[in-house]
Amino acid sequence: MDWLSPQEWSAVALSLRVSFWATLCSLPLAVFVAHLLARREFLGKQLLNGIVHLPLILPPVVTGYLLLLTFGTRGPIGGLLERVGIVFAFRWEGAALAAGIMAFPLMVRAIRLSIEAVDPKLEQASATLGASRFWVFATVTLPLILPGVIAGAILAFAKAMGEFGATITFVANIPGQTQTLPTAIYAFLQVPGAESSAIRLVVISVVVAMSALLVSEVIAKRLALRIAGR
Amino acid sequence: MTLSVTLRHSFSGFDLDVSFQAPAGVTVLFGGSGSGKTTIINAVAGLLRPQSGRVSIDDWELFDIEQGRWLPPHRRRLGYVFQEGRLFPHLTVSQNLAYGRWFAPRNAKRENSSRIVEMLGIGHILKRYPATLSGGEKQRVAIGRALLADPKLILADEPLAALDETRKAEILPYFERLRDEVSVPILYVSHAASEVARLATTVVAIQDGRVSGHGPAAEILGDPMITPLGARAAGAMLEATVVAHHPDGLSELDAGGAVLLLPRVQQSLGKNIRVRIAAQDVILSRDPPEGLSALNVLPGTISMIRSGDGPGAIVSVDTQAGRLLARITQRSVRALGLSNGVRCHAIIKTVAVAPEGVG
Repeated sequence: MDWLSPQEWSAVALSLRVSFWATLCSLPLAVFVAHLLARREFLGKQLLNGIVHLPLILPPVVTGYLLLLTFGTRGPIGGLLERVGIVFAFRWEGAALAAGIMAFPLMVRAIRLSIEAVDPKLEQASATLGASRFWVFATVTLPLILPGVIAGAILAFAKAMGEFGATITFVANIPGQTQTLPTAIYAFLQVPGAESSAIRLVVISVVVAMSALLVSEVIAKRLALRIAGR
Repeated sequence: MTLSVTLRHSFSGFDLDVSFQAPAGVTVLFGGSGSGKTTIINAVAGLLRPQSGRVSIDDWELFDIEQGRWLPPHRRRLGYVFQEGRLFPHLTVSQNLAYGRWFAPRNAKRENSSRIVEMLGIGHILKRYPATLSGGEKQRVAIGRALLADPKLILADEPLAALDETRKAEILPYFERLRDEVSVPILYVSHAASEVARLATTVVAIQDGRVSGHGPAAEILGDPMITPLGARAAGAMLEATVVAHHPDGLSELDAGGAVLLLPRVQQSLGKNIRVRIAAQDVILSRDPPEGLSALNVLPGTISMIRSGDGPGAIVSVDTQAGRLLARITQRSVRALGLSNGVRCHAIIKTVAVAPEGVG
């Protein structure tokens, strides 16, 4: 990897790792929340909807600061977690948390739309054949929304790759530890003569984002064909 | 096994208040659209939670408002055949068929799946996906899926309504076989008089959220006071045996000793079939008619006359073949001096008997 300096390379690797874990860990929760919002009526549904969407409308730096307040080592949750050996602030895990939270609304929206597109009559049919709520979801809803889940996950992955404001606020910009692709680009642009590094990372960003998009299109199309039964 | 249903439910200006029993065989909930039939069947399925009432199969209670008992649909051991089939699009035909079996209790009596596949004639499409099937094939798979769930109760909500006449004729015999071969009660929603005449063991006539008639099919269909679809659609049902197929394209039937001539029927000799005779295809005459082209003349006695709001009346005539309904004008009733107990002749034009009403 001669064409990337160690610092550039570690930023790319860290970004991929952060985005991967952010997507993987938030996916089950996103499917659960999307299902609640699409199919259930309960008290406080609008509140939940609002909280889920908050990271989308708040300035990212505010989200990052709120994360620092709650998950920082002196924050209420961060303090508790520190006692069991889990630390988020100024660690790559914190970057993953920030990226996951920032990408969460996008993921929930994509999955919720695909759940709403599933005919509830099929879920009813499944229930009359003996499937409990869990099995209705596992055998009918989930297979039918798989294209939407994958689209949502890839959208979230791309969003996590590009997350800047909340990340830099929550875990700062420490090369080799918390410096992700966008924060590295920002750092290189602050240094005279480092533009070529910035440009290389910009190219990588574009390539990763574009290929994520293409892969999701291909997978979603294949699955949609399968579901339509060819 | 007998299904007992008592329901009360009000929603958006509509009051449902019904009570009936469905013994083994096909019980048809018969009524027009908006009469409340689908609400009833969905309440029995547990897809809708009624405000009050009780639903049980023998002494197994599915719902009892007084005891606060409510079984969710997946614990009711149902086989529900929907109007639109509702096959799972991401599963093949054989996976769809096996679906209910996954959830049936371990000790459930296993219906022989190859026997059902054969009965429904779907062996050649097992590997296909629902999107590639015709409407009739989909409905046959839906029936198979419901049966293989080893249900304690089969529900069918207008399963033929989305099909054209040819497909209906293709599916109806399967329900007739179910009626004759399966011991669990079948609750069947329909607004088609011909289906009711062909399938029903018991008829529950539903009008405006109330039961307007309840009893054996021949009795309810032959009652001029019970016309859930209005006088125009009234018609009685006769049971008959195929005696001969004549070379001139007619079939000879024996209905309780009386001879009935119909356009050639599909069934073979010796078969017992049902024939629906629409009330508007029956003419009444005091004297034995002479020089008339109609082939079927059945002497009988008038048992009831129902005068409608308009110029028409429905007259029920007890004949040797069974009870017939005739829709004639009130003017004719007066002109012929028709009243209860009067003897007359019911005349049925042979070609008027619709083929979908025979089987």
